[in-house]
Amino acid sequence: MKRSNAPIFWLLFGAGGMLSALLGTMLVFITGIAVPLGWPLRSTTMSYPFMLSFAQHWLGKGFLFIVIALFAWHAMHRIFHSLHDIGIRTGTAAKLVCYGGALLITAVAAASLLSLGF
Amino acid sequence: MRPSPRTIELQVLRYRPEQENKPAWQSYTVPFTDDMSVLQGLQHIKDEIDGTLSFRWSCRMAICGSCGMMVNGKPKLSCQTFLRELLPGPVRIEALAHFPIERDLIVSVDEFVKKLEGIKPYIIPKEPRTLAEGEYLQTPEQLALFEQYSSCINCMLCYAACPQYGLDPGFTGPGVLALLHRYNADSRDGGRAERMQIVNAEEGVWACTAVGYCSEVCPKHVDPANAVNQNKVNSAKDYFLRFLSPKGAQS
Amino acid sequence: MIRKAVVRGPYVRPMQGWWRRDPFFVRYMVREATALAVLAYAIVLMIGVLRLAQGESAWNRWLDALQTPWSMALHLVLLVAFAVHAKSWFDIMPKTMPMMFAGGRRVAASTITRTGYAATIAASIALFALAWWWQS
Repeated sequence: MKRSNAPIFWLLFGAGGMLSALLGTMLVFITGIAVPLGWPLRSTTMSYPFMLSFAQHWLGKGFLFIVIALFAWHAMHRIFHSLHDIGIRTGTAAKLVCYGGALLITAVAAASLLSLGF
Repeated sequence: MRPSPRTIELQVLRYRPEQENKPAWQSYTVPFTDDMSVLQGLQHIKDEIDGTLSFRWSCRMAICGSCGMMVNGKPKLSCQTFLRELLPGPVRIEALAHFPIERDLIVSVDEFVKKLEGIKPYIIPKEPRTLAEGEYLQTPEQLALFEQYSSCINCMLCYAACPQYGLDPGFTGPGVLALLHRYNADSRDGGRAERMQIVNAEEGVWACTAVGYCSEVCPKHVDPANAVNQNKVNSAKDYFLRFLSPKGAQS
Repeated sequence: MIRKAVVRGPYVRPMQGWWRRDPFFVRYMVREATALAVLAYAIVLMIGVLRLAQGESAWNRWLDALQTPWSMALHLVLLVAFAVHAKSWFDIMPKTMPMMFAGGRRVAASTITRTGYAATIAASIALFALAWWWQS
């Protein structure tokens, strides 16, 4: 039987799944509800100067990259398998769309974060 | 005056390839007593009502693994499923899901047996051992590592539960992978490397998406989901560490 | 005339709609569907860092977009989905782990799950505390 290359994607899936399980809910709350609403966190928390300094610091830059990339790889791995579950043939085309999509998100995030400098 | 016996309706999915090209439901009314199993209901049908009904059974005490079938849509051992829990009926009985139906409640098990043989389901000693060396000694913890997986009775309820097997019959499947793990986890066994080829394949552990229903339906609490998903870690280790050793990882 | 018996092969039942056949499978599909929320949020963050890289006015327009009712509603849905993901992740986690022993006894699946829930709550509080400190 041919050896599967699944381990690569499965490890990314696992890492992303763990990170999103531990931090995802609160991140969504903070960035999507609390700060835009102005309560219970000030809406200035995500103002341009604050966010710029966050994303320029290596810790902030690294955090943003890891979250975006791992969430994307986790989601695409699961979506790929779900397509198979609902009866869609998961051949090379599906793999390119799903994992290619994750690669695209990773690349755009990396490029944007790097362009901000340090 | 004696009260009239209670009855219960059993609806069975019949399939007689010599007379029909697809299965069809047939309804029977059997007398009901509190202690009757689904198997006894089927036996009553065969003995008293319709001798053409075909189904597998043997021990009638949940240890041989022969009588697996779908009862009201769930994989069950018919000898261990009681009509009193299915009142007032009707009870829908169908061949084990995800397997081709040979006839009535009998499914084709050839592929399962082949997969079972393929994993080398026996202790492969780490090194040659003489009788004079005596028996192997194991601590309770060493026993615990594999004992539950050795409880498998090959009833295939887990295959009927597993949608990945239903979608891809080439998947080695929960039961066989649990048995594979039973041998790998046994401290007496040295055959892990020989079994890794099956584990590492797409048809090995990687077709599993951790649905977990297999462990839910297992009548012997083997927990095949655990056996399969534990081995994803082992497979991943093998995948990445194989470059470090000429013979591949032997974790 | 000799009539040959028609020998039909075993009957294979279709898998269409398999997940609708049992509540267990429905719950599994709900768990898998949370990946759509994780993807959506990854894209939201990606657009965010892209806008940040495009300069202050692009970023401010993005902040305005986050304040619209549509965005709020979306994030509420994502919030629920992430919570479902977190719970279901730790529910299935014991199945993915090798047997563990503590003090001579087997570590129960429920212990692993509850530890996961606790870690999520602790991490969430820590993250909120960090954001609270950051804002001042």
